[in-house]
Amino acid sequence: MASAKKIMQVLLLLAPLVGVAACMSTLPMQADRAHAAPPGAAFGKPVSEQDVASWNIDIMTKDGTGLPPGKGDAVVGRTVYEQYCIACHGEQAKGGPVFGSMVGGIGSFKTNTRVLTPGSMYPYAPILFDYIRRAMPMNAPQSLSNDQVYAVSAYILHLNGLVGETDQINARTMPAVMMPNRNGFIVDDRPDTSAVRCMSNCK
Amino acid sequence: MGQQDKIEKVIEASKSELQARSSMTHDSGRRSFLRNSLAVAGGVGAAGAGATAAAEALQVADYSKQMGRPIPADEYGMPSKYEARVKRRRSDVLVNKQNFSDWSMTPLHQQHGITTPNGLIYERHHNGVPDIDPDKHFLVIHGMVRKPLKLSMSDLMRYPSVSKFYFMECSGNGLTDWLKPASKTVQQSHGLLCCAQWTGVPLSWLLDEAGLLPEVKWLVAEGADGSGHLRSIPVEKMLDDALLVYASNGEMLRAENGYPLRLFIPGWEGNVSIKWLRRIKAGTEPWHVRGETARYTDPMPNGMWRQFSFVMEAKSVVTKPSGGMNLQRGFNEIEGFAWSGNGRIKAVDVTVDGGKTWQEARLEEPVLDKCLTRFRMHWNWQGGPAEIASRAVDSTGYVQPTVEDIKKSRAISGFVQHHNGVFPWKVAANGEVTNGIG
Repeated sequence: MASAKKIMQVLLLLAPLVGVAACMSTLPMQADRAHAAPPGAAFGKPVSEQDVASWNIDIMTKDGTGLPPGKGDAVVGRTVYEQYCIACHGEQAKGGPVFGSMVGGIGSFKTNTRVLTPGSMYPYAPILFDYIRRAMPMNAPQSLSNDQVYAVSAYILHLNGLVGETDQINARTMPAVMMPNRNGFIVDDRPDTSAVRCMSNCK
Repeated sequence: MGQQDKIEKVIEASKSELQARSSMTHDSGRRSFLRNSLAVAGGVGAAGAGATAAAEALQVADYSKQMGRPIPADEYGMPSKYEARVKRRRSDVLVNKQNFSDWSMTPLHQQHGITTPNGLIYERHHNGVPDIDPDKHFLVIHGMVRKPLKLSMSDLMRYPSVSKFYFMECSGNGLTDWLKPASKTVQQSHGLLCCAQWTGVPLSWLLDEAGLLPEVKWLVAEGADGSGHLRSIPVEKMLDDALLVYASNGEMLRAENGYPLRLFIPGWEGNVSIKWLRRIKAGTEPWHVRGETARYTDPMPNGMWRQFSFVMEAKSVVTKPSGGMNLQRGFNEIEGFAWSGNGRIKAVDVTVDGGKTWQEARLEEPVLDKCLTRFRMHWNWQGGPAEIASRAVDSTGYVQPTVEDIKKSRAISGFVQHHNGVFPWKVAANGEVTNGIG
């Protein structure tokens, strides 16, 4: 117990220094880390962003950072969809043998049956590009061209009534599509329960 | 075989396992083994002079009178053929229409101790299991760093390693059983849970080596599989206890658990522990990808959704007795698991009367941070109907809530994640144990 008290005293003495360090960097400090770094162990090889380009496919979906050149509309998108997607997702994305509907559900979240589709659920339209490019079609992910991804995204957005049939979807227009669930999220605020440890006469 | 046939076969296999009375490790099985032995012994005993009715003349088994299996030059040891029914199983409640973006569950009722054998660690994949040659696999750390890095597996394995016991739980564990019983067994209700000793390199060392820019707040981690599954994770957690894991329970990861490299985020929902990890990118904001907006979010009142609910809060479940088992009158040991993503388990209380009264169970060492903890309690069952449940308390003082408690703040509607509610099993007068939720 005496040693714990001593540690507290040392911490109090150090507090002003820690404060200064915190101002210098917003990153968590060594003290907040579970594992101390081993001196001298550094085996990573330098790599350039150019070398990483083929893997660098993530998109900051809120503002569209990372969206590549290219474009497409729902008219072209329908042909892409009917070639690569319809077998699993069904006619007009209404659901097929492998996956349920990707259309509708807008306004359903305040009812007892929430219908989750890209139209009802995605807060930002570029999520469609990010997800389709990396994961679809399931049997050949990363096989569609950027134009095909833009076009089929436009088709899904159009089926959900969010863009016109001939609206050009590209890196500039896609982040501007107003998605109905844009403001539908709150950040984790748990714990949200306060159960008590009743031992007898609890019910 | 058609998809439907396959699914039916899985369901049948699952049912026959529960109905099996020939099992040596189920209580019911042990009893039936004894019953059979006694029946045989009775016949023999009647012929023997001076034998009492209950006596049993032991037979010398054939295997005691012959040489056993020799040691082959090399092999990977497998479980006894008599344990062949102990398997991961797909859900028989929420059956997906395909088994590439799907899950299989750990048979918790057949796990002994706190470690889950590698072959029984639950699975959740988003596009099947890739077959990755470790000599051709690389991890890249880039984005807002001073020095973007590429590391081969042999580079990564040159660092000092750390080994830590942690639980891992899927955010969707229990999603079929919020309001009414659907799962018949604890494997189906709670089997998206495991615990292992994970070995790897603290991610903080690599992030320091790459040199995060001061404005970095979030990083995204991405897998090399055909789903490219990715999640945004706050820098504080990545620099605290996140690990780059290449081994579990003493051997290199199994392919289905991320071989040759996965991220491991202690105490958080399993889907952030990105398997087949190929890339980590530093940035200032979350990416808001599909897997953190349309999926892995929690329905809230007024049509809202809770996002980035990473921590798996304190939870526990009774694994014995549990659904599908048959209870014998007299002495029984109640046992189960408790765990918390926020720290250690401080206490577990058990009720056998549906929550009217609770008693503190015994915690079995080791009791570790963010790790499965086993609890045990002796119980003399007199044969009346009973309802058994457990309630965990963790080192933060948080008490595991009931579903009723959770319903006060969240909307339990549809595909609901993060079920850490108290989970009851009903015991009928004949000893049959069934799901008692709702």
